[in-house]
Amino acid sequence: MKFTLSWLKDHLDTEASLDAISETLTRIGLEVEGIEDKAAALRPYVIARVISAEQHPNADRLRVCQVDAGDGQPLQVVCGAPNARTGMLSVFAPPGTYVPGKDITLSVGTIRGVESRGMLCSGAELGLSEDHDGILDLPADAPVGTPYAVWAGLDDPVIEINLTPNRADCASIHGIARDLAATGIGTLKREPLPPVRGEGPCPTQVSLAFDAHDKGLCPLFGLRLVRGVKNGPSPEWMQKRLRAIGLRPINALVDITNYLTFDRGRPLHVFDANKVAGGLVVRRAEEGESLVALDGKTYRLDGDVIVIADANGVESIGGIMGGQASGCDENTTDVLIESALWDPRAIARTGRRLGIVTDARYRFERGVDPAFTLPGLDLATRLVLDLCGGTPSQANVVGDVPELTHVIDFPWTEVRRLAGIELSRAEMKVTLEALGFHIAGSGDRVKVLPPSWRADVEGKADLVEEIVRIAGLDRIEPKPLARVETVANEPMLTVLQRRTRLARRALAGRGLMEAVTYSFIAAEDARLFGGGGADLALANPIAADLSDMRPSLVPGLLRAAQRNADRGFPDVALFEVGQCFASDEPEGQSVRAAGIRRGTARHGGAGRHWSGAAAPVDVFEAKADALALLGALGVPTGGLQVVAGGPAWLHPGRSGTLQFGPKTVVGHFGELHPRLLKAMDLKGAQVGFEIVLDALPLPRHRPTKAKPALALSGLQAISRNFAFVVAREVTAADILKAAQGADRKLIAGIDVFDLYEGVGIPDGSKSVAVAVRLQPSERTLTDAEIEAVSAKIVAEVAKKTGATLRA
Amino acid sequence: MDLDALERDLLGQVEQAGDEAALETLRVAALGKKGSVSELLKTLGAMTPEERKERGPLINGLRDRVQGAILAKREALVEAALDTRLAAERIDVTLPLREAPEIRGRIHPISQVIEEITAIFADLGFSVAEGPDIETDELNFTALNFPEGHPAREMHDTFFLAPDHLGRRKLLRTHTSPVQVRTMRAKQPPIRVIMPGRTYRHDSDQTHTPMFHQVEGLVIDRSANIANLKWVLESFCRAFFEVDSVTMRFRPSFFPFTEPSAEVDIQCSRKGGELRFGEGTDWLEVLGCGMVHPNVLRNGGLDPDQVQGFAFGMGIDRLAMLKYGMPDLRPFFEADVRWLDHYGFRPIDVPSLVGGLTA
Repeated sequence: MKFTLSWLKDHLDTEASLDAISETLTRIGLEVEGIEDKAAALRPYVIARVISAEQHPNADRLRVCQVDAGDGQPLQVVCGAPNARTGMLSVFAPPGTYVPGKDITLSVGTIRGVESRGMLCSGAELGLSEDHDGILDLPADAPVGTPYAVWAGLDDPVIEINLTPNRADCASIHGIARDLAATGIGTLKREPLPPVRGEGPCPTQVSLAFDAHDKGLCPLFGLRLVRGVKNGPSPEWMQKRLRAIGLRPINALVDITNYLTFDRGRPLHVFDANKVAGGLVVRRAEEGESLVALDGKTYRLDGDVIVIADANGVESIGGIMGGQASGCDENTTDVLIESALWDPRAIARTGRRLGIVTDARYRFERGVDPAFTLPGLDLATRLVLDLCGGTPSQANVVGDVPELTHVIDFPWTEVRRLAGIELSRAEMKVTLEALGFHIAGSGDRVKVLPPSWRADVEGKADLVEEIVRIAGLDRIEPKPLARVETVANEPMLTVLQRRTRLARRALAGRGLMEAVTYSFIAAEDARLFGGGGADLALANPIAADLSDMRPSLVPGLLRAAQRNADRGFPDVALFEVGQCFASDEPEGQSVRAAGIRRGTARHGGAGRHWSGAAAPVDVFEAKADALALLGALGVPTGGLQVVAGGPAWLHPGRSGTLQFGPKTVVGHFGELHPRLLKAMDLKGAQVGFEIVLDALPLPRHRPTKAKPALALSGLQAISRNFAFVVAREVTAADILKAAQGADRKLIAGIDVFDLYEGVGIPDGSKSVAVAVRLQPSERTLTDAEIEAVSAKIVAEVAKKTGATLRA
Repeated sequence: MDLDALERDLLGQVEQAGDEAALETLRVAALGKKGSVSELLKTLGAMTPEERKERGPLINGLRDRVQGAILAKREALVEAALDTRLAAERIDVTLPLREAPEIRGRIHPISQVIEEITAIFADLGFSVAEGPDIETDELNFTALNFPEGHPAREMHDTFFLAPDHLGRRKLLRTHTSPVQVRTMRAKQPPIRVIMPGRTYRHDSDQTHTPMFHQVEGLVIDRSANIANLKWVLESFCRAFFEVDSVTMRFRPSFFPFTEPSAEVDIQCSRKGGELRFGEGTDWLEVLGCGMVHPNVLRNGGLDPDQVQGFAFGMGIDRLAMLKYGMPDLRPFFEADVRWLDHYGFRPIDVPSLVGGLTA
């Protein structure tokens, strides 16, 4: 919403400075977005006389001018404008002046050997017009030495405020003035608006053709005919104001409607009465109707659009834009002035549907003051009579002004309760009344009736807002929030939240970098990871590759790694901790942690190095990340099983599933499936893992935080080595499990220390050497006991895996 | 051979010995069972007491001096051998190592800033609440007092999923505010929570991404008011931006779910293109806030005449940009390792109020 200072002062009697007004506007919620003060910006530019303009000695196109800028001292200026001539009046800028049109600051210069002290300016150089053709050529009576902006009437600062959608009443300069007046910065000018006494009835009939349930679409419609008008350009003062706020003056009748739209927040429409055939009908448009509107575009209409039609068809889109055919021009002699009330939601819907943005739509969709519909018609009529002459008819009014019935029961203590500030009852009362609220009753509770222009005020909280915003939120002293008990209460974070944070630290600690990628990915990528269902596809994706809610973090990470590779960084290790989606229900959302390593981005380092080049990443890099993560999260890994194989996106022979029993799968790791890499057009070695954090078992709740007693044996442990020959398919996990089963008490640990396939081992078999640590607890083991447990280990492993001892 | 000559000879040989082996041969030849000195000692037994008294000290003295010389020589040879080995073992310790993984890894600034915010609010007694990204229209709009036909409910502002068989469309939450309602419905006051999370709007240009992060705060009890709200936000901004004082401006504004509502600017300076808080004459908008709208309290199952409270919301990505100086939002979601390396945080930099939010 834009307005000028002088325009505001039509409604507000104030001595306050522009700065004070601007600060007050922002303070009461009418945030000033910008102030354009051309007079301030153009202060150094003065009106000057060209005493002489002579040919430059060294340049055909330049002239050397002697200029009088008001103090009688001739100043020499080199000028390239073709229209520079002796005796003319123009605008002069001395050295040191900033030139907005050229974005330069002038200095004393020498142009082709002739000194130049300043510049004669064009409209474009001042940033006022597009006119580059020559320097400004002012009339002979322009006062030499006077600032040009003052003389040209540009000294009316333009203020732009950012209007919040609830404040329809301030889409009006009068409304803004009322808000300002409530702060005491000035007095609202309330000039009486006597009704216009027309001569005879308005000959044009109006009917509101709506079903009973549709009456709200246009509850009130006022129309008046003014005969014998002369429609030329509007007066200069009006044109200047309209131009200042960015509107193009058209003709007096149209300018009057635009002027009142801003002045009073009352949009109006004018029809050329001689182009209207018969009576006007306000109704829903019919499918297939269309209108060439005032913007010259043709709009196809349907039953959701409310129109004003005559015998010729649709003449105007109600509350949004009129039609070209019935518009007013310089030949208009009889004008129909319309002031109507429209349903905000219908206006908003129609405006969006047709893509029309107008000042009328802006106001009607926020809600105009219904009580001002007919006074607005009278005000417009008066302006038409003043500016264009003519004879008015009586108003033809159809419908009713909606009644105001919304009374709020308001205890004054509500202000202290919600805002935490003690204001005097007198101050609160004065504020509300200044804003137009009616207060009935006295004492602690009063009845408050909001004014007709404040449909946004519904209840007590709104009244509190009105009072404190005018008082100033800065008057509310901050008060500490009382402390709550925290020590020994529940932790601030849930287990999952704590694990989410720990997961990030643990993975970053392994050298991976945290990525935050979009929650939506390409449909094809989603399908490759088990997603891509219709229930998780966006109806209106912003881009084709951001269309489906991700079923996994891995595809986003793979794409991110490839982008880095394309930029010349092939060895990247990335992770993400975030949400994935299995359904559109809250339960379908899970928090996952995933990481990928590309190229040679191993935990120990990537790329070539004097100590040895890093090999391409392999499945064990991913496994190490996954297990380190589980360890860091404090997940009890005793029951954790690593099962060979994984989902379809992993290499079937180089992947593993992490689970606590077959029904509690918590994640996967492995090399990415070559088919997947091909489908995603990814290159290079890639391994990854993904853990579903919500699926991890919760820590067991224990009544005490004491750790279990520690029993340390004083007896030395002994180690025995076994080399088993087994079929290739036998897993290390099976061998370890079988060996451990031989004596759960005595065997304190088992490690695989050698793997061998080749000479000396039958084809299809492998040698797996394990070291078993035996820890006696009561007495040193005898040789016979050691032999006995060794034999049992060999027997158990042989039984479970078919192993033989390597010869 | 007389004793003096033998001693000169033996000591000379010891001096000449080149290594420990030569020295040992020498020792055996002199002091071994059949050694020249040992043989002399054996002669003492056959001597008369007088002879022995005269010759004994001479022979024993010879033995002691030879033995001492051999020991000293051995020590010198060991030292020399070690020096030789050390000289041979010299390596170039200036060779560069690979960077340690715990230094190389990075935490994304968004995660770091969420932890910073959480640390501050935890100190004020707030816990962390969360809600789903895929929301219902009811929780994202209706319960938050957005009227029917509000422009935010349109396809050009909000991401929708496909309608179900009843024609209901779920959506991607446009703000973290639905968690307010979820919290009210799940928990009785007093409520003190912050709600960080991902949010989505149908917007993509230089300064907007279709996904971004917000943190919402909610306090509901029997007395929480604007004065408390101002204190909480001032405390937060001071702690977050790590300055001694911040000047804040509360501007009345409008949000459907709060009444009264305000936007908050903080004073800053932009001298030399560097943003600084606690000084200067510029204002920078950082958050929106207000008293929870009575309709929202009702929709949360609470009685607005019995309980009251405030809510506030701010952009996490924007807070990160303001504090850490990233000029653009879009790279936040591009996972460029150069950007992550530069703007990310080391895994050991865990923000806390005890140790300071930033090192």
